[in-house]
Amino acid sequence: MDIRSQVSMIFHLDKCIGCHTCSIACKNIWTDRKGAEYMWWNNVETKPGTGYPTKWEDQEVYQGGWKKSGDSIELRGAGHKKSLLNIFHNPHMPVIDDYYEPFTYKYLDLIEAPDMPDQPTARPVSMITGKPIDIKMGPNWDDDMSGTPDYARKDPNLKGLSAAEQEAMFQLERLAFYYLPRICNHCLNPACVASCPSGAIYKRGEDGIVLINQNVCRAWRMCVTACPYKKTYYNWSSGKSEKCILCYPRLEAGHAPACMHSCVGRIRYLGVVLYDADKIHEVASCKEEDLVKAQLDMILDPFDPAVIQAAKKNGVADSTIKAAQYSPTYKFVKEWGLALPLHPEFRTLPMLFYVPPLLPVMASVKEINNKDQAAKAGPITKIWEDQWLYDTSTAELFGSIEQARMPMKYLANLFSAGDEAPVKDRLQKLMAVRIYRRWKTVGDIDQKKVDEVLKGVNLTYEKCDDIYYLTSLAKFDDRFVIPAAHREHAIEMLEFTGDRKGSTGFGFKENSALRGL
Amino acid sequence: MATMDNFLFISFPYLAFAVCIVGSIYRYKVTPFKYSSLSSQFLEDKKLFWSSIPFHWGIVALLVGHLMAFLIPQGVILWNSSPARLIALEITGFAFGLSVLVGLVRLYIRRIGNPRVSIVSNKMDMVLEVILILQVVLGLWIALGYRWGSSWFAATLSPYLWSLVKLNPDISAVSALPHVIKFHIVLAYLILFLIPFTRLVHFLVAPFHYIGRPYQQVIWYWDRKSIRSPETSWSKFRPKNN
Repeated sequence: MDIRSQVSMIFHLDKCIGCHTCSIACKNIWTDRKGAEYMWWNNVETKPGTGYPTKWEDQEVYQGGWKKSGDSIELRGAGHKKSLLNIFHNPHMPVIDDYYEPFTYKYLDLIEAPDMPDQPTARPVSMITGKPIDIKMGPNWDDDMSGTPDYARKDPNLKGLSAAEQEAMFQLERLAFYYLPRICNHCLNPACVASCPSGAIYKRGEDGIVLINQNVCRAWRMCVTACPYKKTYYNWSSGKSEKCILCYPRLEAGHAPACMHSCVGRIRYLGVVLYDADKIHEVASCKEEDLVKAQLDMILDPFDPAVIQAAKKNGVADSTIKAAQYSPTYKFVKEWGLALPLHPEFRTLPMLFYVPPLLPVMASVKEINNKDQAAKAGPITKIWEDQWLYDTSTAELFGSIEQARMPMKYLANLFSAGDEAPVKDRLQKLMAVRIYRRWKTVGDIDQKKVDEVLKGVNLTYEKCDDIYYLTSLAKFDDRFVIPAAHREHAIEMLEFTGDRKGSTGFGFKENSALRGL
Repeated sequence: MATMDNFLFISFPYLAFAVCIVGSIYRYKVTPFKYSSLSSQFLEDKKLFWSSIPFHWGIVALLVGHLMAFLIPQGVILWNSSPARLIALEITGFAFGLSVLVGLVRLYIRRIGNPRVSIVSNKMDMVLEVILILQVVLGLWIALGYRWGSSWFAATLSPYLWSLVKLNPDISAVSALPHVIKFHIVLAYLILFLIPFTRLVHFLVAPFHYIGRPYQQVIWYWDRKSIRSPETSWSKFRPKNN
């Protein structure tokens, strides 16, 4: 057993309001620079939609991530042989137009335009060439555009849904969408690290953050291809790849990453988990239907004495073990089983987990017959030809999971490699907590019904209270349990402080006994 | 003329070689951040394919060819003893030369023609591209006009280059060569001289070590096996984060 700790995240999608505050917090700190204008280390997508960069999930095009090869795995579009053979031109690399050409406006023209009969305008200019451009695309232009042919209908996750199911998803009355905020997943089996010919990308042993050494990066660009989440970005000005660093300077100082700190919906949680690094290759190579379970099984119980002992032997600090015991990530992922990884079929073992979206639940869609009603209407009356009703007056206050407007298959394509069972299990639990809380606060639900529902999903009153607390009431310190790399230790993670000791004060750095020659 | 020849074929190669070695190491130590070629594939992808690929594979083949003639001249002469093999070798070399020329010219046009790519180009990139185009044009000219290059390179130039290596320069054979060939040689030294001042340094850090590297890389700031062991003395591994 090779126990390591990993900083791991939870994004609770039911709580995300799609405000992009996270993206802006990140942009202001890290990517508001030349060459990095188009980079969104944190971005928020509307799903169903094509995402950023356009259709990033379609690995037929981008060739990212790992694929199964016999009993093992290999990189889809990179790797020892492919990377070196394609080093002069990377055939699967996305280009700037797959993201968008960064732009600004000539605001000064508004002020400095001479007196004239027409309003002055601020023309958009490219932030690459500085010349006027027609803006074709922006970083979040799919925002709230579910149902549109350009975005939602080109979503790669619609694979496996019948034409009728897809049609139903995009009917105006049924249309539903949710937001998917994304940062680097800081994977356990990162494809970017594996694909880097220079060896510039590495995983930090102590906390598992994946970083790029800018001095070693030589612009071979293989990581951009290899990352299936398209979360390494090529800086066209500096010729280096850059990616989310999980605000490690903030983490080391005990602060939450900027995106999480600023999150308005408080959807983000961060904590460490302990896992067995010996199992990485085995888990990443397992059968597609076992991927989710195997990945969750890798995460170990931080209260198990055997695990604690093995962790200590492996140099994991007591403070880190304690942080793992209080970790919100551990609770969501393991204790309650509410969260799932994004696209486990890419086999990178992502360490950012999502609580799948349940909403909307206060209504359901019913098949009805409108024919009689339509016959009564006059010739000029507008009639609905659709044979369903968006019903908000059901006897059952909460509609059943099967009737949810977001098809289960669609969510399964995102969060469990197409297997509907894990997604259904998570959604049922979320629903059970709602029913429990409704019984407790409003009281219009029968206790017998509550007990029955909780039994069905293996939850207790106490667990429901805990889930409710961490979901709705949790304070900052509950949401972010940051392991102690205290500020005073942070410098030690980078250099030996003995080198600095004794270097300030009076005197000389040279040997003072040596005078003259 | 003799003075000029002495400078161009004795002093200059030594100077170029020294500058190349010292300059490359110095730049590696001082500005590791800029020790690569600035890829523009992200800004322009389609034209690059039919430029970068023919240029790079062609230049690799040509460099290997020149290196072979330098290192194993006897082998090349032996190979060329049969006319069929000689012509096959010359045609192959010429084809690679043409591929380099096509690639370079396309690269040059792309660099000045595409507004996005010209933003990430500097003056030295343009100078270098012109020098390389000139060099490959001279090479093709020599291959056509002064046959058969592979044979006389091995017989004439290889001994001269070895005399440089042995620190006992003998330029009698080189001085007698036509001006075109002399120009080609001097330009080669100039390119060597320019390596540390241009994006050419990227080939010095070609990532061959990747082949043998395990895919995953984990870096620890401390020795995790001994950091928590009671036997570890304080002075040996100072515990961190505890």
